[in-house]
Amino acid sequence: MRADLDIVAGMVGEGKSVLDLGCGDGTLLESLIEEQRCQGFGVERDLDKFLACIDRGVPVTKGDLEEELADTAASSLDVAVLSLTLQATRHPERVLEEMSRVASCQIVSLPNFAHWKLRGTLALLGRMPVSPILPYEWYDTPNIHLCTLTDFEALTAKVGLRIEARVLLDADGRKAPAFTTRAHNLLAEGAVYSLTAT
Amino acid sequence: MPSGIGLVETQRMVVFDDDHPLTLASGAQIKEVEVAYETYGELNEDASNAIFICHALSGDAHAAGYHEGDDPNRPGWWDNIIGPGRPLDTDRFFVICPNVLGGCRGTTGPSSIDPDTGKPYGLRFPLIQVRDLVTVHRALLANLGIPKLLAAVGGSLGGMQALQWSIDHPGEIDGAVIVAASARLSAQNIAFSAVAREAIMRDPDFNDGNYYETGKQPDRGLALARMIGHITYLSEESMREKFGRRIQDAEVPRFGFDVDFQVESYLHYQGQSFVERFDANTYLYLGRVMDYFDPFGDPVRLRTQLAQGDTGFLVLSFDSDWRFSTSHARDMTTELRAAGAPVTFQEISSPHGHDSFLFDTSDYHRTVAGYIDRLAAAKG
Repeated sequence: MRADLDIVAGMVGEGKSVLDLGCGDGTLLESLIEEQRCQGFGVERDLDKFLACIDRGVPVTKGDLEEELADTAASSLDVAVLSLTLQATRHPERVLEEMSRVASCQIVSLPNFAHWKLRGTLALLGRMPVSPILPYEWYDTPNIHLCTLTDFEALTAKVGLRIEARVLLDADGRKAPAFTTRAHNLLAEGAVYSLTAT
Repeated sequence: MPSGIGLVETQRMVVFDDDHPLTLASGAQIKEVEVAYETYGELNEDASNAIFICHALSGDAHAAGYHEGDDPNRPGWWDNIIGPGRPLDTDRFFVICPNVLGGCRGTTGPSSIDPDTGKPYGLRFPLIQVRDLVTVHRALLANLGIPKLLAAVGGSLGGMQALQWSIDHPGEIDGAVIVAASARLSAQNIAFSAVAREAIMRDPDFNDGNYYETGKQPDRGLALARMIGHITYLSEESMREKFGRRIQDAEVPRFGFDVDFQVESYLHYQGQSFVERFDANTYLYLGRVMDYFDPFGDPVRLRTQLAQGDTGFLVLSFDSDWRFSTSHARDMTTELRAAGAPVTFQEISSPHGHDSFLFDTSDYHRTVAGYIDRLAAAKG
């Protein structure tokens, strides 16, 4: 499993009901269901990934995560997960509000657009950055709402979410070394947040 | 497409009789129930590869292959999904499809002889519910020596049977595949059903349902009911593509009240061919079975029942289906998930309206095949 998903799984805990928004091929949910006695389902819009979920025995909705959230009953889940997907949603603020409506805990991971390498590309080369965590050219990227960790933390406060835990990520999606916390918005490639309504 | 299952035969079995009558959910009894059914493929040693097909309102036991003397190019009603190498792969699975209770294609229904009177039941046949259809399915399975199903699969009324079965009998079905169905008919659905029923009951030949011995059946009413049904089964788009505003057998309109447009001719044909193979009373009874269907009526029971089993659900809808639109499937998905069940849901793009479940749209069959394969793999 991808390293950042391991971190997400650790934050979810045991025996929880989970909604995984943009669940990809269902790796995280399969592990949560099989290793951590969780139940839940995913949402995935890509047909091949949707079929991969079926192949893993992971319950999934084929479709748009914003529509799925709108259809999900309030407070019906323990955890809503959004891993490396917020930046590809049309309405990030509404997505966070909806996650807060349907689940008591929100786990969100995202790439940090203020990482020093990206800042360097933009500042020195004057080009839109392309990196392992953001591998797309500007004209074909699904990432329409990129932000920095500081931006994201400001948004969580705005929509009334408290940061319960934050794990900073390195380029491989692993937990970043301790010194990263000194200037996280400059040094971390991304982060995983565990949030809850204030 | 690989070639199909080939020559098949409808079989019959008495599953309830005088000594063991069928007691319905309403408490009423039916003394004798015979079931017409077909099977395809081979049951494996531990009886773990059985897939049950539940048919829709006008379906029957002949789901796949062809009968002796029939045109091999006009196989059973769901032949495109059942057969060697098809999603319900008869090289690996044992597929069973019976005609439902209340039907008119070999299984006991209102046109069968009431042993008490020696005459056809007509409207003396008791009102039945989806759970009664399931009771008879289970009796057939018990007689075939199959305690548990790998899957129950059905479209429309067939999906409703798979759903009710999963709720009422936890642990009997690994996966319920529910296609183009609803857990609760809308007012609009019930309205269409009411018009179809009126068409039959107001036919002068209906004779309070006792038309079997008069030599005159309520053909006009039943044909009209079928025509109304067909309008709701197709989409506006598929009708436009199929018929447009074209005139039947002519270039210019004849201007009159007889059949003129192609779509009229089509509906007329559908109505006429339906009366040759279908019983008006069965149409009434099964229509009512759908109208009253409400398996989520008691959410507490739903949760308790589902928790006792481990049935997974595959819920599918089609974007052009306005009879049981995607909102029906979404509601079903949401309610099942709220009750703790693992549900996979997909809306499939297909132009054929409600009838889409009978077409071999590639996304649709890929999903069903993938789901069934996973159920089989989980069995080991």
